[in-house]
Parts: sequence; C-alpha cells; structure tokens
Amino acid sequence: MAAVTTNGADVPGREQAAPVDVPEKHRTPDASESRPGKLSWRIRLRRDRSLLLMTVPVVVLLLVFNYLPLFGTITAFEYYDPIVGVFNSQWIGLDNFNQLFGDPLFWESLRNTLSLAGVQLVLFFPVPIMLALLLNSVLSPRLRSFVQSVTLVPHFFSWVLVITLFQQMIGGAGLLNQFLRQHAMTPWNIMTDPSVFKLLVTSQVIWKDAGWGIIVFLAALAAIDENLYEAAAMDGAGRWRRMWHITMPGLRGVIVLMLVLRLGNILNVGFEQLLIQRYAVGHDASEVLDTFSYYYGIGTNNYGYGAAAGIFKSVISLALIYGANKLAHFFGEDGLYRK
Amino acid sequence: MSDAITTTRRRRASSRPVWEEQPTAVGQGVKGLTLGGIVLLILGPLWCVVITSFSTQGSINRAGGLVIVPHGLTLNAYRAMLDDGPVARAMFVSLAITIVGTAFSMLVSILCAYGLSRPRSLGHRTLLMILVVTMFVSGGLIPSYLVVTGLGGFDQYWALILPSAVSVFNILVLRSFYGSTASELIDAARMDGAGEWRILWSVVLPTSRAVTAVITLFYAVGYWNSFFNVMLYMPTSSQKWPLQYVLYQYVNLGTNMPGQVNAGFGNAATATAPLSLQMAVVVLTLVPVVIAFPFVQKHFAKGVLTGAVKG
Repeated sequence: MAAVTTNGADVPGREQAAPVDVPEKHRTPDASESRPGKLSWRIRLRRDRSLLLMTVPVVVLLLVFNYLPLFGTITAFEYYDPIVGVFNSQWIGLDNFNQLFGDPLFWESLRNTLSLAGVQLVLFFPVPIMLALLLNSVLSPRLRSFVQSVTLVPHFFSWVLVITLFQQMIGGAGLLNQFLRQHAMTPWNIMTDPSVFKLLVTSQVIWKDAGWGIIVFLAALAAIDENLYEAAAMDGAGRWRRMWHITMPGLRGVIVLMLVLRLGNILNVGFEQLLIQRYAVGHDASEVLDTFSYYYGIGTNNYGYGAAAGIFKSVISLALIYGANKLAHFFGEDGLYRK
Repeated sequence: MSDAITTTRRRRASSRPVWEEQPTAVGQGVKGLTLGGIVLLILGPLWCVVITSFSTQGSINRAGGLVIVPHGLTLNAYRAMLDDGPVARAMFVSLAITIVGTAFSMLVSILCAYGLSRPRSLGHRTLLMILVVTMFVSGGLIPSYLVVTGLGGFDQYWALILPSAVSVFNILVLRSFYGSTASELIDAARMDGAGEWRILWSVVLPTSRAVTAVITLFYAVGYWNSFFNVMLYMPTSSQKWPLQYVLYQYVNLGTNMPGQVNAGFGNAATATAPLSLQMAVVVLTLVPVVIAFPFVQKHFAKGVLTGAVKG
C-alpha cells in the first residue's frame, strides 16, 4: 500500500541473504528464486499446502462476516422481512432510496456528519502535529517519554469510559458545575448543550487520540537528518526558519498521508461516541449517518431502509478515498497507494 | 516507544548542540506550562475518579461532588461491588471474552500472516486481495447484523467475538514482520527438516516477539472495550453484559445498580456512596488497560509504525 519509509524498524534485507543449497522440494518460495512460473501449479500446491491451510480460518471468517454482508446489501432494494429472508422478501427497487432522499432526518444526519467531520479536520488534525513538534523540542529524554506515555494511555480507553470521565468533570453533576454552584454562578451542563456539541465531541477526540497521533509524526521528525539543521544554523537560519524550511518539508509526506487517511474516513465520525451521547444531547445535534442507519434500521426493524442509508455512506466513502488519493498524487505524494 | 526514538536522535540523549540558540526564560516557561497542563488534563480526571472510588459519602459530601484531596479512604465500594452482584459478574465476563477472543484472534492472525508472508507461494496475491478489499468495502451495519443474527448469534457470546475477530490491518503488520525474518534462518531450519508449522513456531515467532506483543495488546484492548456489539446482539440480557456495557447502563444512563439501594451496605454514616460505587466501576474498566500498557509500550515504535507508515 503506502510507502513512506521511516527508520522505525530496521529490517534485515532479504536481498542480503546468502544463497543456501536446499533441495528443490524443500525450497522456500522466496524472492531470491528468480524463475517465476517455472514450477507447475501442482508442485507449488504440494509445496505450499501448509501455507494455504494456515490462511483458511481467516479467509472463512472474512467470507462469512465481511463478504456475506456485501451480498446482504440487496436488502436495501427490498422490503426486507426477517421471517421470509433475503430471497423471498418483497422486491421494491429504489423505493428505499427515494424515501431516504425525501427524509429530512436523513439530510440532517448527513449535514451533522459533514459538519462534525469539518470541525474535527480543522480542530483535531493539527493537534498531534503541534504536540509532536513541542515534544520533539523537549531535551530531557525522561520528561519526553513521561509526557508521551501519559498522552498515549487514553487511546486505549473505551468511549464509554472517556465519556464517563467527561461527564464527571464537566457534566451537570460534575466537578465544574459543583464549583460554579458553590461560587454562586450559573451552572452550565456542557454535556447536554446541543449548541456546543460539536466542540465537545471534538475535544473528546483530542483528549483520547491526540497522543496516539503523535507517534507517527515523532518518527518522521526523528528521521530528519541532524546535519541539515546544523548546516542551516551555520548559514544563519534562526529557530523558526529552520522549522519552516527543514522540519516542515520533512513532515510533509506523513502529513499528506494522514490527511488522505482522514479524508477517506471522514464519514466515520465517532459512531460509538455519538451513540452513547445521543440520549443526553438529542438527535438534532448528534445524529450522523451511522447512528441514523442504526436507529431507523434496527431500532424500527426497517432493515431495508437502514441498509440503503448504509449503502449511501459506503459509496460516498469510496469516492472520498479515491478523491483523496488523487489529491495526494496531485501534490506529488504517494498517498494510500501509488499512482 | 520513546526509547527507539531516542536512540535515533543521538543529540537528544547528550547535550544541546553548540549551534542551537539558548532558550529564553519565557519560552521555557511557556513550554513547561503547556506540558504540565497537558499532563494535568489527562491525569487530573483519572485522579479524581480513583480517589472518589475510595472515598466515603461523608468526604464526597464535604468535597461537593468529586473528591480531589484524599480523606478517610475506604475499600467499601470495591468490597460491596465484588462481593457479589452484576459488576463482579460483568468483570468476569469481560475477562473471559478478552482472553478467549484475544487467543483466538492471535491464533488465526498469526497463521494467516505467516501463510501469506512467503513471496511466490501459490495464490498469496489473490488471498491478499481478498483480505485488503475488506478494509475499504464493507456491507455496512444492517447487512452484518442480519448475517450474525441469521446465524443465530443473538444473545450468544460468539457474536461478540467472531464477527470482529480478524483485523486485516493487524494481519498486514504481522505479515510484513514475518516477511522480513532473515531467510537464512528459515532455510537453515528447512535444512534441518522443519516444516512450515515448525518454522513458524520455532523460528519466526521467537524472532518477532515485539510485534506479537503489540498486536496482542491491540486485540485485547478491542475485546475489553467492546461495547457496540453488546448493544447490538444482547441488549436485554443483562446477565451476559460485559463491564463496558454495565458501565454505560449504570453510570452513563444512570440506571440503578441492582442491589445498590437496598442491599444494606450499613447505616447512613458508613454507607457506601452511590458515586463511589460508580467510580469504582470506572476504575475497574480502566485498570487492566493501565496495567498492560507499560509492558507493551516499549514495542510500540516498531509495531505501530510498520503498520501505520509502511502499510
């Protein structure tokens, strides 16, 4: 897939491998074998049968739980009835889609999805980059690794836990409001206020995942050649000029890659996170395409309708991944896959 | 992870290079405050929650909500919770799902990653395509739900494990490591008469402990945190809920814990505060993660970066 090389892992090069005489039938099929297609598939099958056997469980799992649902998307074109099954349900063509596109709630969820994604792109995306720059400028290795560990931990907390912590801090009965009440100020339950919900959600994402995002940028920073900085300093470039002319170009590839990944994923704005907070803040502010599909598909047993919303989302997502890659190629970067 | 990075930045470990400007006092101050603020933002809430879970109703009342300065700590909340009741059972369910699920996921992932890691093996390109396609195209929520329930997964524990047992991303990370195991080693093993299974077990696995540790943590955290699958497949059978869902019910939705009100935890003065019970559930959900974290953290740079950057 992508190909930005860092010095993260030093991989012993396969091409340095010394040739070893191995009997043909025991030969490892590896890159040093320079005769593609010489062995018939029958011999290769016998040679590789244990390798093939090893992949069976995963392939079966994927076929059942990933590919079977792909065929299940035809429920979007029928009035799906769980009792009679996919094949016997009433076929209604594009009715589900017609209904969907005429549904103001659907457009509202699309609007919420896009604006949430936009807010997160602007407010969340730069945070790990800035944090990485900040951490990189800390000289003491112990302090640096301490801060890094602390910021990394929340990534492994579940959304339920993160939202609980937020609730205890800034919710209606939380610490902030206890303080406000004690000092005779008007309490403000941020957790249930739809007007700031997008900012709240974004700050939860930052709290949870900023430290995780740092890793890749720190590695890119570590890969920048020290001598460039020294040479620039000798030529009289100050701190900020060095950052602009050396650090930033060094980070460019990774930033573009992360942006592409982000854009391709833009419709997946925190499903669990929003699902958990939906009751508290109301669906006006928190409904996104995923939760829409869940509530109107499974909640009301209107499976075909929910599946139609799901298809809509998948198609847009694929288009976004494709478009983001085009954009990356336009900027002369590899993106997710090479041109 | 920082270890790996420190070694690549030699100058950081030693002293400031001569050509770099001396930092100003203001600059240092701002940097210190920022870092301190960041650490406080993350550790502060955790501290409050932990301390509150150990506090009595009296000290919670005095503090007006969450306790910040510890006073009169007690283990009552944990005792009341673990003695019996839904939380202890949920804890057990969560642990069981995590252990069984992680073991299963690691087994199939390692096998698959190794099976696909030998270049030129028969059909590995096709199989790889089958894997990678699932990263970009998915049937979506509803069709997946219909498949799992159609297979009889409603209210079954396997519905929390099997549908999400495989992460293609993790397999690709493992595969890129196994592919980079020196082929001298593998050829030598083959000379000694080892088959693929033997090579995987005795050569490849021992040389890739770091990445195995990281991937195990990823899978384990995934299972430990599993929440939405529970909501989908066993929303009503509270007997089977894992800890995250119990946390959601009792703390986020504010449902009363069975036995919380009338189980008689003592008289009013020494009663276990509902809030410290809730906070104790919070602590129980975060403790395993925090315990596992330091063991695996030093391997992150290798494990995460191969996956995230090189694909």
